[in-house]
Amino acid sequence: MNWFHWLANPARFMRFAARLQPWIMALGLLTGAAGLYFGLFASPADYQQGETVRIMYVHVPSAWMAMFIYVVMAAAAGSFLIWKHPLADVAAQAAAPVGAGFTLMALITGALWGQPMWGTWWVWDARLTSVLILFFLYLGYIALVNAFDDPERGSKAGAILLLVGVVNIPIIKFSVDWWNTLHQPASVARMDGPSVDPSMLLPLLLMAGAFKLYFLYLLIVRMRGELTARRIRLLRLSDIA
Amino acid sequence: MKSFLVLVRRDLSLALRQGSDAAMALMFFVIVVTLFPLGVGPEPGVLERISSGIVWVAALLAAMLSLDRLFQADYDDGSLELMLLTPVPLELLVLAKCLAHWLTTGLPMLLIAPLLGIFMNMHTDAFPVLLASMALGTPVLSLLGGVGAALVLGARRAGTLVALLVLPLTIPLLIFGVSAVEAAVTGQSAKAQLLILGAMLMACLPLAPWATAAALRQAAG
Amino acid sequence: MGGYAAYIWSSYGVVVAVLAVMLVSSILGVRARERELSALEERVGPRRQRRQQSGLKDAHHDA
Repeated sequence: MNWFHWLANPARFMRFAARLQPWIMALGLLTGAAGLYFGLFASPADYQQGETVRIMYVHVPSAWMAMFIYVVMAAAAGSFLIWKHPLADVAAQAAAPVGAGFTLMALITGALWGQPMWGTWWVWDARLTSVLILFFLYLGYIALVNAFDDPERGSKAGAILLLVGVVNIPIIKFSVDWWNTLHQPASVARMDGPSVDPSMLLPLLLMAGAFKLYFLYLLIVRMRGELTARRIRLLRLSDIA
Repeated sequence: MKSFLVLVRRDLSLALRQGSDAAMALMFFVIVVTLFPLGVGPEPGVLERISSGIVWVAALLAAMLSLDRLFQADYDDGSLELMLLTPVPLELLVLAKCLAHWLTTGLPMLLIAPLLGIFMNMHTDAFPVLLASMALGTPVLSLLGGVGAALVLGARRAGTLVALLVLPLTIPLLIFGVSAVEAAVTGQSAKAQLLILGAMLMACLPLAPWATAAALRQAAG
Repeated sequence: MGGYAAYIWSSYGVVVAVLAVMLVSSILGVRARERELSALEERVGPRRQRRQQSGLKDAHHDA
């Protein structure tokens, strides 16, 4: 837990993060380029889904990011409420719009995949529905955090909401799966038919890595913005006083 | 336990004296359901097919309507801070507030649901299951709603915000509530769905007041 | 691309667009705030600023 406390000083954290930033950028661009090369050119078309399987290389990693970022935010909310870690709340608030962005990406690419494969932009497939609900949870968190005149209140209320949400997500997932098996229309092809071939797994994992690095980079940028905003508020307050 | 009952009685008498909030939620419930035949057409087959979903969705929306008032008055006049100071655990007081909320909104909706079932041409055999699913589901609604109501205390546009926060969390309730009634309509056993609804209630009973109390403490502190 | 080029390229386009929007808006947000902060620090004055900075550090520690 030593590094946990060591990073609790915002100035020290930002210096540390600024040193890491170029490396994250370089590594992210590298994995992203490799992922795009393997995804778009150097991998075979699927025997069932044809060339549209290439959409998977951006769709599935975005959906993974959508869930990953929510879990990261919930963990941050937990350490904010339990240990009062000063940077955890900054991280959760900085990550929320990025998480919502990745969720939106997963939804739109899912629609663009669904149209050629299922013949419709949207089906109430269990996964699509769960991701849509996750999108609502992100928007709710962002709305709650920004709804207070006192930002401290927004932080704490948002953190509690994140923890309530993370407990609920498995229940929502389970109930949507149940609902979907009851209502599953026969015409819709299942997405999880063929197991993933190694030639497809490589671009998938590369893109997932690139997205994670991109998130990390954005997180550092946004955390700097959030910390600056807090200093501005503090200066304003003491200016008035 | 005594202060629990005192608080329930106080909230009930407040609700009865003002009267309007609970009655308005109930009216909203009835009106929303009435709009559907006008919207989708009066064909009995269609109405019967969608009846369970409509009644449940309308119940969710109506419950949201009265939520922002759950702690607002106590927050404004300072009784909330007194509740925090009493030796009684705050979680127990929250449970009392949620019980009072359920008695004034959930219970009336539950009682009027069969009438709406008749409006929507629901098969009468399904009424016991409809009542059972709402009896298990509406308390969960009050408990989850309590968390949302405590979180938005002091927020701008709290009434809209609480619905945006709580409605996604109530989706499991909607799915199993509707599924139970549909099973009963098609002559199957609704036991599994009702058991899951019961499990949700049992999970929410300790967890939701705990989260609500945490939210209230940060709102008052 | 087997007749599906429009879907494939537009989904990659959406991904690039959303990623770019997130990056640009984040960087612009940081720049605007940093400008605001330096303007504020200038106005408040160097002596007071030093006091505020030490106060800020404490605030972060107990926050």
